[in-house]
Amino acid sequence: MQKVYIYKGFERFWHWSQASLIMFLALTGFEVHGSYHIFGFEKAAEFHRTASWLLIGLIIFAIFWHVTTGEWRQYVPTTKQLKAQIMYYLSGMFKGEPHPTEKTHLTKLNPLQRMTYFGFKVVLVPITIISGILYMLYKTIDQNDLIVIEDYPLASIAFWHMLGAILLMIFLVVHVYMTTTGTTPTSNIKAMMTGYEEIEEEEHHHSTEKDNNQKDIV
Amino acid sequence: MVQNKNTENPRNTMYRNIFLVLIAVVAILILVNVFHKEDNYNLKIEELRHEYAIKKIPSVDHMKLPALDKVFETPQEVTEACLSCHTEIHKEIMASSHWNWERVAYVEGRGISSAGKKNVMNNFCLGTSSNEQTCAKCHIGFGMSNSHFDFENARNVDCMVCHDNSEAYLKGASMAGYPDRNVNLEEVAQHVGSPLKSNCGSCHFFSGGGNNVKHGDLESAQLSCSREVDVHMAANGMNMECVACHTAENHQIKGKLYSVSPDNNNRATCEQCHTSTPHLSDVINRHSNKVSCQACHIPEYAKVNSTKMSWKWSDAGKLKDGKPYEEEDSLGNHRYMSIKGSFEWARNVKPDYVWFNGTAELYLLGDTIKSIPVQMNKLNGSYKDKASKIIPVKIHVGDQIFDKVYNRLIQPRLYSENEGDSAFWKDFNWEEASEAGMARSGLPFSGKYGFVETEMYWPVNHMVSPKEKSVGCAECHTRVNGRLDKLAGFYLPGRDRHMALDTIGYWAFILTLLGVISHGIIRIVITIRKDRYEKQIISYDEDKPLE
Repeated sequence: MQKVYIYKGFERFWHWSQASLIMFLALTGFEVHGSYHIFGFEKAAEFHRTASWLLIGLIIFAIFWHVTTGEWRQYVPTTKQLKAQIMYYLSGMFKGEPHPTEKTHLTKLNPLQRMTYFGFKVVLVPITIISGILYMLYKTIDQNDLIVIEDYPLASIAFWHMLGAILLMIFLVVHVYMTTTGTTPTSNIKAMMTGYEEIEEEEHHHSTEKDNNQKDIV
Repeated sequence: MVQNKNTENPRNTMYRNIFLVLIAVVAILILVNVFHKEDNYNLKIEELRHEYAIKKIPSVDHMKLPALDKVFETPQEVTEACLSCHTEIHKEIMASSHWNWERVAYVEGRGISSAGKKNVMNNFCLGTSSNEQTCAKCHIGFGMSNSHFDFENARNVDCMVCHDNSEAYLKGASMAGYPDRNVNLEEVAQHVGSPLKSNCGSCHFFSGGGNNVKHGDLESAQLSCSREVDVHMAANGMNMECVACHTAENHQIKGKLYSVSPDNNNRATCEQCHTSTPHLSDVINRHSNKVSCQACHIPEYAKVNSTKMSWKWSDAGKLKDGKPYEEEDSLGNHRYMSIKGSFEWARNVKPDYVWFNGTAELYLLGDTIKSIPVQMNKLNGSYKDKASKIIPVKIHVGDQIFDKVYNRLIQPRLYSENEGDSAFWKDFNWEEASEAGMARSGLPFSGKYGFVETEMYWPVNHMVSPKEKSVGCAECHTRVNGRLDKLAGFYLPGRDRHMALDTIGYWAFILTLLGVISHGIIRIVITIRKDRYEKQIISYDEDKPLE
């Protein structure tokens, strides 16, 4: 076994705070939607608003980080080995085959993850956040008051926000489950906590050059 | 390997990171929400309290005026005395709706028309026409006994009914607006001043024939009530007079009642004092776009005494031994009266809610019935209409007599002092009463009558509760039994949802969950099998598993 540094400090902070915010937003959001009663509508709506501003702030930081560090490149989708990765989850892993792709700090995402997270960042989160901001500031016009949105039906805004929320919840389930598919069931989740992932050496089929390179950085 | 430093205690690093992040996020959330409670001190409301705590000192003591220091034989003499100083004031009065019983207004679909007690109909005592002798108890004049009242005669203006501060003035029952014979006019004349609650209340509390019958939010209990009943009028609160909000310029009093007024002007509003952004919470302030103040701040009306909710004229006229009778319920409210029919009453009523833009379509005497139940005063408004807001209303339902041939409501003659005068309250004959009433109104009567259902809307504006008692968010933002359940045409968060999206989303989520669970189970089963195979477990003897 070897320890590889995969997730940097900010990344881990970003990941876990975003995770807790999204779960908190889901908890309060579905209450506002009327799905259940925990805090009461008033508190739920208030908490939801506060948490949403925090999430927006966090995402601004995350975008800044991704741009300045160039980490955004890790999310550029590729079809290379995409099929292999899908086949691995559908059958290969049951036969005890190794992961088809290697995980390093330079390629921390496999092709399927790249695709998924790209969609997450470029489609899912924007839909949810933009519709959320519109929802939060929603207001039809009064004679004298400031206009934020005029006559765009709240029902449509709520539809998109709800769609985003449902897809996020589905993402959450799959995402959490997929963390158990690492070298050991907890190795991925530990990696996101400590930054280091235990990776079995015999599974590295790639050039030692890269390994050395990586160790140097560590 | 360079990772020595990090392998020393990876667990500690792991725990530290996760705890720091989670605690930080949760702490921020909690702190922001805890420290956001700044609604203890609302400067706007404090300023208003100071402003209205100071009561005006009258600039004149009418007891010291020689013009009033005399014996008055008739109430008209009092009016003359008033006019001897306030020489032109009658012109203001005679231009007011309190005097004219009508206002001229432009009404969509009718053009310029006048509406008021003279020509509107209601579903209580139906209308004034041919019943002036008794209805005039609430006219600010003397001697309106029939349709020939002289609206130009200043001597007939009743100053005292509004300006008596001695609380000794009282209009007589069925005396055409004249004061009760026992009233000491000198006493009253020397104690005049700005109108008190008791002045306005003498008509507005007792309209419809008894306390709180019509409005539901205006009744004699408000002369001395707690803040729970009415924060503005409360004896232990601001103790405000009606005219504090219903201010007047040249005797044109702000505010109107939509059973007699159709147009949207000179209304008394909460905003005139409280502004349109009275809350510290921006979210709540933004509600005022579509939701009236009253909708949240008057959670219920008729908080002390019952108000009439229904009135069925079709039951009227039953006699016992040839004589009219009355029945009361346990609270002392009339359940049945031979002269009027049967009633339903209610206390602590949750209002109904409607969209309202400030204009109404009044049913005027002679109008054709367009829909059943007949809308006595349809309140206009809708979500799409930018001037509309959700307001609380009392809906008074009932049935009343109508002409089957001409398809219009009948104005029957109800009151007369004597029998044999065609008055229903004396003779209990609908046909004669209709004939007489319609003849006086200048309208034909076919002779064929029936009873038709009616609805009348009473915007609820008074009996504002303390803020702690105001309607909570979840009373409307809820899927079931919300206060706004009946209002459609807009998306209300917490109440409404996109059913298809919700259903598909729900099943997609469940299927995903089942998918990963199945995937996980297969992995676990395979791992166990593989494990057994690799460990060469061939016996299930638990005591001695083979190595």
